[in-house]
Amino acid sequence: MAARASAANILAATEEPEGIDLFLPAGYDLLWSAVVLVIIAVAFYRYVLPPMNKVLDERAALIEGGIKKAEEAQAQADKALEEQERLLVEARTEAAQVREEARAEGSAIIKDLKAKANDEAARITETAHRQIEAERQAAAVSLRSEVGALATDLASRIVGESLEDSARQSRVVDRFLDELEAADGAEAPRGAVPAGSSKEA
Amino acid sequence: MRPFRQSVNARRASDHLGVLLSTLATSMILAAAEGHEDAGGFHAPSLSDFFPSAIAFGDTIFQIDRVWIIRIVATIVLLTVFVVAARRAKVVPGRFQAAVEYLLDFVRVQIGEEIMGKERARRYVPMLTTIFFTILAFNLTGVIPGLNLAATSRIGVPLLLALWVFVTYWYAGIQKHGLGGYLKANLFPPGVPWPIYFILTPIELLQILVIRPGSLMVRLVANMVAGHIMLVLCFAATQFFLIDSAGTGLMAFGVLTLPAGIFVTLFEVLVAFLQAYIFALLAAVYINMSLEEEH
Repeated sequence: MAARASAANILAATEEPEGIDLFLPAGYDLLWSAVVLVIIAVAFYRYVLPPMNKVLDERAALIEGGIKKAEEAQAQADKALEEQERLLVEARTEAAQVREEARAEGSAIIKDLKAKANDEAARITETAHRQIEAERQAAAVSLRSEVGALATDLASRIVGESLEDSARQSRVVDRFLDELEAADGAEAPRGAVPAGSSKEA
Repeated sequence: MRPFRQSVNARRASDHLGVLLSTLATSMILAAAEGHEDAGGFHAPSLSDFFPSAIAFGDTIFQIDRVWIIRIVATIVLLTVFVVAARRAKVVPGRFQAAVEYLLDFVRVQIGEEIMGKERARRYVPMLTTIFFTILAFNLTGVIPGLNLAATSRIGVPLLLALWVFVTYWYAGIQKHGLGGYLKANLFPPGVPWPIYFILTPIELLQILVIRPGSLMVRLVANMVAGHIMLVLCFAATQFFLIDSAGTGLMAFGVLTLPAGIFVTLFEVLVAFLQAYIFALLAAVYINMSLEEEH
C-alpha cells in the first residue's frame, strides 16, 4: 500500500493522476483521516451526546412531572367544585327551610298578637261597658234622688199639700219613677218626651 | 421515509447500479473536462485537484496538504458547534440549542429509530450521529468559499467510515447469531430451492464482504468528486467567458455559466446532505439486517 501511495504521490506531483487513483487510498490520507475521525468520534461519544441525552431526559421527566401535576391540580379543582356545588345546594335547602320556618313563626306570632289584641279590645270594651253601666247606675241613683226632691218640691208647690212625711214621700217618688221606668222600657215615652218637648217648644 | 425503505429492500440491484452510474457520470464529466482542456486560458478541472501538492512532510505518511487543512477546519467547526451546544445545554432550549437538537433528533428518529426501531437504535445512534455529521460537515466544505473542496472527496475518510460500518455490522451479527448462524442466515437465505444457492451464495458473500462497504465508500467519493468537477467547470467557464474573453461575443456564454454555477452550488448543498443521509441510513440498514431474526 505504501508503494502504491508513493506512486500516487509521484503521479500527483508530476502528471495528471489516473481516475482509479481516486479510489486507491494513500497512506497519509488514511492516517490523517483516522486521526480526524477518532477525534470527532471521541468528541461525539463523550462530550456531545451524553450531555444532550441528559438534558433530553431531564426535559422529558419535567414534562411528565408537569403533566402529572396538572392532572392532580385538575382533579383537585374538580373535587373542590363538586364540594362547592354540594355546599351551595345544602345552603339553598337550608335557606329555604329557614325561610319556611320564619314564615310559619311569623304567621304564628301575628296570629298570637291578633288574638291578644282581640282579647285586649274585648277586655277594654267590657271595662268600658261596666264603667258606663256603673256611671249610668250612679247617675240613675243621683237622678232618682234629685228628680225625686225636685218633683216632690214641685208637686208640693203645685198641690200645696205638704208631703212632709218622708216615708210617704219616698213611696210616691218611687212609684212615679217606676212608672217612668216602665214607660222608658217600652220606649214609648222616650219618643214621646222629645215629641212632647218639641211640642212645648 | 416509506418509499426509501422499499428502495432499500431492493438495495442489491441498486447497489451495483448506483456504483455503475456514479462512476459513469464521473468519467463522462471527466471526459468533458478533458475536452475543454486545450482551450487557451481556460483552467479545466482535473483530478490533480484532489491530490494537491504537499505543504509539509511531503512523500511521508505524515504528509500535510490542502485536504488536510480542510479536514482540520471542518473538524474544528463541527466540534465547536456541537460541544458548545452540549456544554450549554439547558432543559429549556434557546434557539441555537433547539437547532442542534433538531439535527440530532433527525438522525435519531428519521434514521436510527425509523430503520431499527427504538430499542435497537439506542445502541447505534451515537455511531450514526457521528457518521452523519462528519460526512455532512466534510461534504459542505466543497461549497464553502476558501475551502472549495469536499473533505470526503478523497478516499481516506469514506473508506474508514465504511470500514467502521463493515466491522460494526459483522460484529453485531456475530454477537447476535454466532459466526455460523450469521453466515448461514446471510449466505443461505431460507425459502430458496437448493440449486439456487450455487449462484446466490457467492453473490451474498460478495455482498457482505465487499459490495456493502465498497458501495458506501465509492458512492460518497464519486458524488463529491463529480460535484467538485461540476462546480469548477461552471466557475472556470464563467471566469473564461466573462473576464478573459471580455469584449468578445463569448461573453454571452457567461450569462449561462454563472447561473449554472450558482445552481450547482445549491445542488451540491443538497447532495452534501443527501449523501450524509444515505450513508448513515444504509449503515443503519446493514446493521439492522445483521440483527434481523430471519431473512
